[in-house]
Amino acid sequence: MLPDPFIIGIVVFVLAGFVGFEVITKVPPTLHTPLMSGSNAISGITIVGAVLATSTTNEALATVLAVVAVAAATVNVVGGFLVTDRMLEMFRRPRRVEADREAGS
Amino acid sequence: MNINLQTLLYLLAASAFIVGLKRLSGPRTARSGNGIAAGGMLAALIVTLIAAEAISWWWLIVGLAVGALVGASLAFRVQMTAMPQLVAAFNGFGGLASALVAGAEFVRAGDFDLPGETMLTMLLSVAIGSITFTGSFIAFGKLQGIITGSPVTYRGQQIVNTLIGLGLIGLGVWAQITQDGAPFWVGGAVALVLGVLLVIPIGGADMPVVIALLNSLSGIAAAMTGFVITNSALIISGALVGAAGLILTKLMTEAMNRSLTNVLFGAFGTGDAGAGPGGEVDADRRVRATTAEDVAIALGYAQQIMVVPGYGLAVAQAQHALRELATGLERRGVKIAYGIHPVAGRMPGHMNVLLAEADIPYDQLLDLDAANPLLQRTDVVLVVGANDVVNPSARDDAGSPIYGMPILEVDHATTVVVIKRSLSPGFAGIDNPLFYDQGTLMLFADAKKALTDLERALGDV
Repeated sequence: MLPDPFIIGIVVFVLAGFVGFEVITKVPPTLHTPLMSGSNAISGITIVGAVLATSTTNEALATVLAVVAVAAATVNVVGGFLVTDRMLEMFRRPRRVEADREAGS
Repeated sequence: MNINLQTLLYLLAASAFIVGLKRLSGPRTARSGNGIAAGGMLAALIVTLIAAEAISWWWLIVGLAVGALVGASLAFRVQMTAMPQLVAAFNGFGGLASALVAGAEFVRAGDFDLPGETMLTMLLSVAIGSITFTGSFIAFGKLQGIITGSPVTYRGQQIVNTLIGLGLIGLGVWAQITQDGAPFWVGGAVALVLGVLLVIPIGGADMPVVIALLNSLSGIAAAMTGFVITNSALIISGALVGAAGLILTKLMTEAMNRSLTNVLFGAFGTGDAGAGPGGEVDADRRVRATTAEDVAIALGYAQQIMVVPGYGLAVAQAQHALRELATGLERRGVKIAYGIHPVAGRMPGHMNVLLAEADIPYDQLLDLDAANPLLQRTDVVLVVGANDVVNPSARDDAGSPIYGMPILEVDHATTVVVIKRSLSPGFAGIDNPLFYDQGTLMLFADAKKALTDLERALGDV
């Protein structure tokens, strides 16, 4: 006999929380800002719910709410991943003075 | 699309998020990790578009296009100093989206009798999402300077907030039992108001904690939406983000040596936090002022120096001047490191991003645990635009309001040079004995000008 989907959801939620703690405690303080903007972008996964909610109904209100939700979630997703990429690009290479010298002279 | 296949593809997307976050454990792999997470998101979106039935394509495309345009233009245009408010704003959009999805699902359900657990998670999604939405935009306004950064307080504020919170719970119970529209929508509106009321009494300097906490809440809201639509991708991602935000919240409160309750309800920064160490201010305390030329000599002949940057550095836009000076010193064979306190910027890790933007190598950026042992062997410390994070009272004076806060122990180095405009205290109005210490030299100047002068003077050493 299978448990209720809601209970399975709780199991998944709790286990994912533990995975999150394990993975995120290993992120060094140097990358905490990109971690925040990146995880922020991940919370934009609610875009899936927003898209599903635009399904045609007779309720205009539901469609309006869903379309605004799609736009808001897309801002979160697109903006979040792009700005994280912009930041991480700056962390790309530790440029050394020696390298500068060689390039300069 | 087959529901089993669909679920497995969502699992793939969620796995991509976990792998992406895991790759953030080092600067070398981080960028590809972000790319993997973005790929997972795209996959989840495509699966949804294929699987969804009877969606209103035109409306959907309008929503996606508007969102993508706004998001991309914000992401490309933002200054690195404004990163905290941008993250706050994105957070707000995420919370809004979760609340709206739950609202739309409620409308779609119509008169259909919802299972109790679906109704419950719907209510939680609307409440948490709405609080995240307005709370984040108040945080945005405070950081952007649109609304005052100082705490907005009034008599009986906590009683009012408690009553509104209880009212929200009452409406939730009502909606849960009757599944009526009235308590549902009124509850949503009350949650929006509560988000505003909870964040306005928090001072601008405490915003790092608030943003981290709101980040966590936006994840929880997404997870609740996942329960509403029975989608494990949302549940997993929401739990991951919830955990990330909680960890960062905890790190930030520890770095300030404050409890979360104190940050949220303490209205810190009003000036009533105690007038320093028992008022025993020596009349004959003197500071030793110095010149850029003297500091340049000390720096030029040092073996190991450490720079301790504070937000004042970023305010003065002096990161590039600092980089120039560091390059000059490295050419002379001076070893240089940067001691970064967790609350040096306006959000966790903010200072590191600001220095990385100025091309300062990330392996020179040290956290407290790495910086403090090195300070014992450091010849000269250069404190630029930082104050409270190097205040020895936090370690020595049990009467100090910041007693117990972890600090960078710069007074363990041979010489400390503090670059500061004047002797004015930091945001908490706490006196700093470091400035009067035997080994401390004060260079009174604007950070950018001082660093440029130092770099020029170094040429003559």
